[in-house]
Amino acid sequence: MTTYAIRRFLQTIPILFIISIILFFLVRTAPGGPLTSARRNPNVTKEQIEALEEKLGLNDPLPVQYGRWMGGVLTGNLGDSIKFRRPVNEMIAERIPNTLLLVGVSFLVTLLLAIPIGVLSARKPYSIFDYTMTTITFVGQSIPVYWLGLGLIVIFYVTIKNPLTGEPFLPVGGMNTHGESGLLDTLWHLVLPVTALSLGWIAWYSRFLRSSMMDVLHEDYVRTAKAKGATANTVYYRHALSNAILPLVTLIALDLPSLFAGALFVETIFAWPGMGRLFWDAAKGRDYPILLGVVMITAVLIIVCNILADLAYGWLDPQVKYE
Amino acid sequence: MSDLRPSEQSLARTIIRRFFKHKLAGIAVAVLAVLVLASAFAFASPYSATEQEPSNKFQTSSAEHWFGTDELGRDIFTRILYGGRVSLAVGLLSTFLSIALGVVVGALSGYFGGWVDSVLMRITDAFLTFPSIFVLIILGAYLREQQVPWLKNSVVIVIIIIAALAWMWPARLVRGLFLVLREREFVSATRALGGSHLRIIVRHILPNCIGPILVSGTLQMASAIITESGLSYLGFGVQPPTPTWGSILSTAENQVFRAPWIAFYPGLMIFVTVMAINYIGDGLRDAFDPYVVHAEK
Repeated sequence: MTTYAIRRFLQTIPILFIISIILFFLVRTAPGGPLTSARRNPNVTKEQIEALEEKLGLNDPLPVQYGRWMGGVLTGNLGDSIKFRRPVNEMIAERIPNTLLLVGVSFLVTLLLAIPIGVLSARKPYSIFDYTMTTITFVGQSIPVYWLGLGLIVIFYVTIKNPLTGEPFLPVGGMNTHGESGLLDTLWHLVLPVTALSLGWIAWYSRFLRSSMMDVLHEDYVRTAKAKGATANTVYYRHALSNAILPLVTLIALDLPSLFAGALFVETIFAWPGMGRLFWDAAKGRDYPILLGVVMITAVLIIVCNILADLAYGWLDPQVKYE
Repeated sequence: MSDLRPSEQSLARTIIRRFFKHKLAGIAVAVLAVLVLASAFAFASPYSATEQEPSNKFQTSSAEHWFGTDELGRDIFTRILYGGRVSLAVGLLSTFLSIALGVVVGALSGYFGGWVDSVLMRITDAFLTFPSIFVLIILGAYLREQQVPWLKNSVVIVIIIIAALAWMWPARLVRGLFLVLREREFVSATRALGGSHLRIIVRHILPNCIGPILVSGTLQMASAIITESGLSYLGFGVQPPTPTWGSILSTAENQVFRAPWIAFYPGLMIFVTVMAINYIGDGLRDAFDPYVVHAEK
């Protein structure tokens, strides 16, 4: 199993190389270049810019620059931000836990709601509950996350006020109230971002699980379990769900990039200090070491999560053998 | 051949009849038709989508301005109609592009197998594991600065980059279908009769994949519209003053405390369009499903 995970990881390395080359050449051949804002600044002389170009190695041929950057990446150094003059490693390291907190909590909430909804819908198909859920899931699947986020802000921040204090009902900016810290405060700040991020996923996974359950319920082992007098809960959760959930694991692994993409929107809207927000700010300032660094780190995170999903699949389905 | 034709027609007719049996899919077609026509006839509006009229800003809905006006005094209804042109066109064209690319990759991969399959699928997997929104933002931020003249148009860029990062899903789907279909008797028969690879792929196998490809096309289009709007919302898609639903939403975000209605309408348009497309996809799936079962027997 360990060798399998290692091999999967090694297979993805050429991919990372190719994409990093394409992106690097794209951002470095774009006109203007990383020092555009410095050039527009009247207080910066031409000599200073030339000195800076020399210092940052921007005059070297592109393959040399790429080689230097990649060499740094391989030894765990993503370079320095052009705007902030700080190591990108440090800047990303500050943001990763926040993104993982947002994505992790959203993912947990998604599973905790999507699995029961999917199972209950399949248990009583074409019931009122099923129809209601089908409609809600269609709505949830079609709402763009950025519009949902804005809507939540209008409802819970602008419109609804806390009856005791007259303050907005739920916070919408950042991770903590100014001057406060602590887990409870952060969780309170997570409510709206997590709602915005999970709704679409709850819709999508509960619908998928419903159809997957419907397929499984026709199987012989379900009939056998019923005939042996197993309780409904045992039949549905123990026998049916443990088989129906397998395709869901594959699907989740494929959807991980989209989950991070959703997090980027949510972080932008709710000023959540995660990697997505860092990336967005860097894209506006065209701070390419941060941009490339975040892409590399996110790709590695997704690959790691993919391998974890594969291993989870093997754990859930003993028939799967890793070669 | 002539005796085969009537049954072929009736099959298409059966599928259309089945599709409209799905009532919500029928309604969705009507809704989408209204949206397309309204965008096409956007010029009928007495207002301009881009001309500013600062004395008239932040109007709420009224008989003159159905959806009110924005921070520059522009009529939001008119901007949404013009924005619909761009958003729908980007959705449709990038879907065509990504499906075309996906079908070619999937067909080659599934039909030939072997090393062709290995190479193409490794590339496909690579694109799938990649956080495409990050790449889209980088492309959006840098491509429009390139000196290639036709890349100056941000709409063209957005269409291409959305398609470039969405073809993997149809490719995997088509590959799966080809893997099954290439083993069937009618393929062996054509091969025995001397049919070329191209002929077998295009004339014999591909027509059997139409249903799933159409369904996946609806999913692609829904996600393309959401991606375009999202990209424009973040400021890296179609550039102002060209209105798209996403860019209207983006300017509305700054005014969300002052004039929340500006954010409401463009988002509603995206939502309604995507929902309609999803329902059409659902209807198509139902319409084609029994046909697939029938073909398997």
